[in-house]
Parts: sequence; C-alpha cells; structure tokens
Amino acid sequence: MGATDLSPALRSQVLAALEAGTALKICGGDSKHFLGRTTAGQVLSLSGHHGIVDYDPRELVLTARAGTRLAEIEETLAQAGQMLAFEPPRFGARATLGGTMACGLSGPRRPYRGAARDAILGCRLINGRGEVLRFGGQVMKNVAGYDVSRLMVGAYGTLGILLEISVRVWPRPTHSLTLMYECGPAEAIERMCGLSLRPLPVDGACFHEGHCYIRVSGAQTAVQEAHSRLGGEPLHDGAAFWEALREHRLPFFACAGPLYRIVVKPHTPPLAIAGDWLLDWGGAQRWLASPVPASAIRRCVAQAGGHVTRWRAGADDADVFEPLTPALARIHRRLKDGFDPGHVFNPGRTYPGL
Amino acid sequence: MPNALNARPKRTPTQRKLLKALARLLPPACVLTDPEDLRPFECDGLSVYRRMPLAVVLPETVDQVQAIMRLAHRMGIPVVARGAGTGLSGGALPSGDGIVLSLAKFTRILRIDPPNALATVEPGVRNLAISEAAASHGLYYAPDPSSQIACTIGGNVAENAGGVHCLKYGLTVHNVLGLKVVTGEGELVSIGTGTLDSPGYDLLALMTGSEGMLAIIVEVTVRLLPRPERAQVALAAFDDIAKAGEAVGALIAGGMVPAALEMMDRLAVQAAEDFVRAGYPRDAQAILLCEVDGSNAEVSQAIMAVREVLLQSGASLVRTAVDEAERQRFWKGRKSAFPAVGRIAPDYYCMDGTIPRRELPRVLREIAALSAHYGLPVANVFHAGDGNLHPLILFDANRPGELARCEALGRDILALCVAAGGTITGEHGVGMEKIDSMCIQFQSGELRQFHAVKAALDPAGLLNPGKAVPTLHRCAEFGAMHVHRGELPHPDLDRF
Repeated sequence: MGATDLSPALRSQVLAALEAGTALKICGGDSKHFLGRTTAGQVLSLSGHHGIVDYDPRELVLTARAGTRLAEIEETLAQAGQMLAFEPPRFGARATLGGTMACGLSGPRRPYRGAARDAILGCRLINGRGEVLRFGGQVMKNVAGYDVSRLMVGAYGTLGILLEISVRVWPRPTHSLTLMYECGPAEAIERMCGLSLRPLPVDGACFHEGHCYIRVSGAQTAVQEAHSRLGGEPLHDGAAFWEALREHRLPFFACAGPLYRIVVKPHTPPLAIAGDWLLDWGGAQRWLASPVPASAIRRCVAQAGGHVTRWRAGADDADVFEPLTPALARIHRRLKDGFDPGHVFNPGRTYPGL
Repeated sequence: MPNALNARPKRTPTQRKLLKALARLLPPACVLTDPEDLRPFECDGLSVYRRMPLAVVLPETVDQVQAIMRLAHRMGIPVVARGAGTGLSGGALPSGDGIVLSLAKFTRILRIDPPNALATVEPGVRNLAISEAAASHGLYYAPDPSSQIACTIGGNVAENAGGVHCLKYGLTVHNVLGLKVVTGEGELVSIGTGTLDSPGYDLLALMTGSEGMLAIIVEVTVRLLPRPERAQVALAAFDDIAKAGEAVGALIAGGMVPAALEMMDRLAVQAAEDFVRAGYPRDAQAILLCEVDGSNAEVSQAIMAVREVLLQSGASLVRTAVDEAERQRFWKGRKSAFPAVGRIAPDYYCMDGTIPRRELPRVLREIAALSAHYGLPVANVFHAGDGNLHPLILFDANRPGELARCEALGRDILALCVAAGGTITGEHGVGMEKIDSMCIQFQSGELRQFHAVKAALDPAGLLNPGKAVPTLHRCAEFGAMHVHRGELPHPDLDRF
C-alpha cells in the first residue's frame, strides 16, 4: 500500500475554512460516525493521508499518519511479533489510527496493559489557527511541556486535527488461554476483582450470559501455571470470543434499542437497572441494553461513582456523554478556545459549545 | 555575619498587606516569614538555583488552600507549590515576590481499597508510604523514582515522575486515576474519580507533569498492582558499551518486557563498586542489569531467555543473583550510583535526556567527545529499557567558571538528545533548569500553544510563573546566543 503525505493540502483546507468561517467535520475511515453527537460542517477526510512513517521493533514504537488503517498497522506489528496493547475496537475495516486515538477507545486488555491514551507517545497536529505543531516524541519517557498528545486522545477531534501519531507497542504473547466459569454477575465481579490482587498474567476478564471469562497470556509455562491456579474450563476458540467482544459482534450488541456504556470502579456491585448487561474490563466497563430512560440510568450510575455514554445515540443526541460539572465545563471551554478559537473543528461533537 | 544575612527585608505595602491577610487565614505556625525559617525553602533538589520567597504557607486543610489561592488571586501574588523539595530541575524554586505553598501537612492516607486496587491519599504522602500501606494486601504502587523514600505523590504527579520500572509499569501518568485540585482562582475541582476513564478531555494527563503551573494538587487516587511473586536479576558485563546497547535492542526484539533494564558505564560502575561493593566487574566498559518479575514459572523461563540473549549479544560475563541478598546487592550498586559519583568529585550535575535506544552508541560517543572538549568527566547511568539517559557531569563549583562550563556542557548534551530524535527531559521535568533547552526542542507555535493551555487553566498566570515553558522573548534571546548550524531558531520572532 503506497503512502501519501497530505499535510500541506490539509493545512490549506483548514486555512480556507478559517477564512470562510465554515466548520470542518473531521473524518478518518468513518467507522465511528455513530459515536458522539452529530456535527455539521464540511467533511475533511484524512483517509488519503496515510502510511507508516517509522517502525523499528527494537524501539517498541510505531509512527504512522493519522489516516493509516488499523488493519495495516496491526498486520505490520504482527509480522514482528508485536501488537497494539490496548486492543482498539475497530468497528469496521476502514478504521484508522487517527480516528481510534481521537475517539480514545480501548478493548478488553485495557485494565491490564493500558488504554489508547497510555499508548500515545507523540503527535503532529493542526491546531485551530492552522499551525502544524509537534508534541511529545518517539521515546517512552518525555516530560517536556504539557502532555498535549494525551489531551488529543478522546477529544473527538475538537482540539486539533491529528496528522501523525507515535504509539508505544508491546510484544505479542506467545500463548493465550481463556478460562470459563459458570456464575452470576455478583460472583463474577468478585472473581474478576480478586484477580487484580494476584500476580498472574491476566489480560482479559468479562462476564456475559451466566459465564465469567478470564484470559491469561504470556509464555507457555506461565499460562499453564495460571491455569492450574485458577481452574476453570478452557474455551476452545478463545481468540474468536475476545475478537467478537472487542468488535461488538457478540449477539448482545445486535440489540436494536438503546445501548449504554457505563464505567464504574470494578468492584461496584451489579447495578439495579433493568436490562441486559455485559461486563468487560474486569467489571470496570459495563454495557447495558435497556429501555429505562437515560436520566434514570445516569442517576443510578452517578450514585455508584461512575459515568455513562449513550452509544449509538442516533438523531436524539442531547447528552450523549456524561454532563460535566460547571467547573469542568468551564475548563473545557477555555481549552477549546485555546486550541481552536474559531470553533472550526467538529463543533459540538462531544458537548454543546465545544 | 548571620545577623546581616537574616535581617528582615524591606517590604512593600502590598507585601505587608498580604502577610497580614495570611496571618488571618492560617494558624501562626502555618505561616513562615523569618529569613531563617524560609531558608530551607529557597531551593529544591537542584541547589545551584536559590531564591528566598516572601513567605511560606503550610496549610492543613483544603479549605485553607482554597482561601490562600483566592487571596493570592485577588492580590496578584505568585504561588509556588512544593512537596518534599526533592525535584531535580528547580521546579519548586520560589518566586522572589511570591509565596511557597507547602503541602507538607497533607500526609494522610485516606483510603486503601483492595478490591478496586486503588489508594486515595493526600499529596504530601511519600511515594514509598503508599506501597507500605498497601503491602498487607499484597499490593504496591509501581512508579519508583530513586527519591521514593522522601518524595511525595503530589510532587510525583506534578513532575510525572518515573523510576526504574517504567518500561513495564509506566510513569506516574499511567498510574493516576483521580485528582482533586485547587485552581489559581481558588476553586476545588475533581478530575477523574478512580474509574479507568472520565468524560471529556483527559485533564488527568494534562495535570500530570504540569509542574505546578496549572493547579494545586490536594488529593491523588492511584492504582495499585499485585506485588510480583518473584523477581530475578541478571548482571551482564561488556567490554564495549556499543555491545551493551545492542544487547538492549536484542532483548526487546526478542519479545521480552523486563521489569527493569539499567545500564552503567565504566566510570559509574567503578564509583558504585568502590562505594557499596555491589559485586560489579570493575574492568567492564559497561554493565547491564536486567530484572524480570512475575509468577514463579514466568520468571524461571524469562531469566533463562534473558541470559541467552545477553550471551549471544557478546556479554563477557552473565551472572544471575544466587539469592535475594545478592539481587538486592546488585541493585544497591545501581541505586547508589549518584551518591557514589558524588564521592569522586566535589560536585556533580545530573542530566535527564531521553533518546531512541538505537541512537545510544552514537550519543555516548558524542557525549564522550563533549566531555573531553569541556574538560569535565561524565559518568553515564541509563534507564536503558526506555531510553532515559542520566549523564552525571563531574565538576567543582568552587573553581571559577566551572559551574558555567558544566551548565553549557549539560545544554549541549540535551541538544544532542533532541538532535537524535529524543527529548530534553525524560522524568525530571523542565523547571528552571532546562527552560532554555525548551527553545531547542520546540518552535514558537508549540510554545504559544503551551501558553494557551496555561492561560486556560490559570488565566492570571500566578501558578509557578516563569517555569517549564519559556516566553518567546526568552527563546529569542537564547537563540541569539546559540545559533545552530547557521540556522536561527524561531525565525518568525522580532529580535532587538
């Protein structure tokens, strides 16, 4: 696959939009358009701005243009026995690295190997003044200046257009085993939280339809040892199960009604909200398909110290993300003004006024 | 001459008004104004920079912190937050016309929550105290800066502190899940609640490493990890430092993620060996310490693999610790490297650059050349796993001009790190020390963006002013003195 650097053209488009006072809707592979609030504006496509710029397995760092497809990156890493540790959900073959970072999504391995924001080391971006800027770098440790790269992760493009991203990568474990236990949700939560007290190579834990699934990965002897300590029934095709969970292809996610992403501390007991539940991230990320009004769900989750995202909100997109406290909302507005004073980038995608 | 030295300085009416107001807000023991009381606060771990503050306040409650910040905001008084003062970049250097806000009285561990593997503590709690409090549950706090006995978690967050286990367990930013901060305007804000993510922008990441420039940290929630069942370390000696660098790359390429991977050069090895008798081979040009941790079976398998790679990479000797005592001894040498080097020269200056690992042999060669050029010896201690280099420059501050020469050498080493694709600071922060080197790492656009971030969180600009991010004017002046290869940095700036 050829590589193309469209930075100058992208910058020109930003300058033109600034001049004309039009908003831009930033788009990578368009695989996550269903997330967040709808935003008007002229589409600025990053998909043509692609290519792996630098990758040396001995450095554990990969740098790619934002429009590079995740599939290409993951294949390149796999050839060197490495991977993106945060197991990003792709939600489609066209998913790009830039879109993945902008949405800040992480898969089942998140509690054990870090999130998208933990993997980013540096970036090049266009800010709302049309300047091309570089933050962070290609090294593991870097505390020069504020951590603007991490601030971009999960900002849904509202602070800047990611052009190039450096990520930290991990060795791919040589062996992996999924253990299954029949149990209810409360017992599953105890089991999953108990694991965080034991030094075992766990890198996935979820609960779904009366079963708790634990994934252990590493060298063969370590996986065998973990199995003998944890017991449980090995799942025949564990890899396919985790892939389906990561990509939301389990039947659970095919529901037509409202779907909520709920983040709580993992040891939070099962929440008393009617609906179908799937617990991932060892209990810390919970999916709920429920007809209960969003406001009631928010109240219950807030009491448990968590927050709620309305997944696939569709046309009714008020309050997709958890409302911010007034103090936080003020800081958010000031930051937005500091990066994108003309509110050109994805206005309103996350919250009104951002 | 102590009387003259401690004479009460003349104060402006505003300053007198401030001190009166502080006395109303805080108990008498919590406001220091006598020069002899202020003296311990005039510098942090980088003692070559010293400045006396107007006053030091030691609040005991969050309400008091808020009241102090509201007062400072109203009166336009600079505030420098301070933890244990162990920082190595002058980040806690006082403002002469401002106050130092010490968090030394915030020492309570508020909550250890084993099932959620979280600890919530006040900012003045020492790094190591968190692990000690969690130990009975088999848990610990992973980031371990070398000052962990003394340094506080609040300071760790402000500096995004690292340590020897970052490659596997991350820096502070990877291990903090919640903060309570007081803004420059005196408002209390919760950022994150201990959950794995939070709605909105990642303000936790923004606060971590912000060097006290964006807010005052008054509470910290960190995640805890299960203490590994076993750790084992391999010591490898090399007759050529380039081979040691190759070995590091080979270990990583071989799919290993060591818990720690440290390198020391000949000068550092000899100093450490003379100091603590760690059992290092004194004739080695470089040694590597490679630690693996995990479950019993994991460690047994991994240490064999490590041994093999080290031997294949041309190590002249590989030893694994025969018991826990020897493992501790191997580490003692590394952990004593700074004081050990301190014994062989009147003064030393610790640098903190990061480079891509593949650049190591070249960068070390060029450091050696710079060392010869400036006539100052350099010992190298290196967090090899994550490319974080700590060159220690040996000098004598009592010899006229030697400190200035040492600082110039330090700046050249940092410029070398940037040119190699690295950074001017891996874990110590910019503070006052590296503020001019920021002009080498960043262009005007990035610096303007940093100032915009600062203005968003601290519009009045009173939190730790003048640190970490240089003004464009400062860079223009600095650039005028340091023209690199004929290219004028920041060409878009006016020069006078």
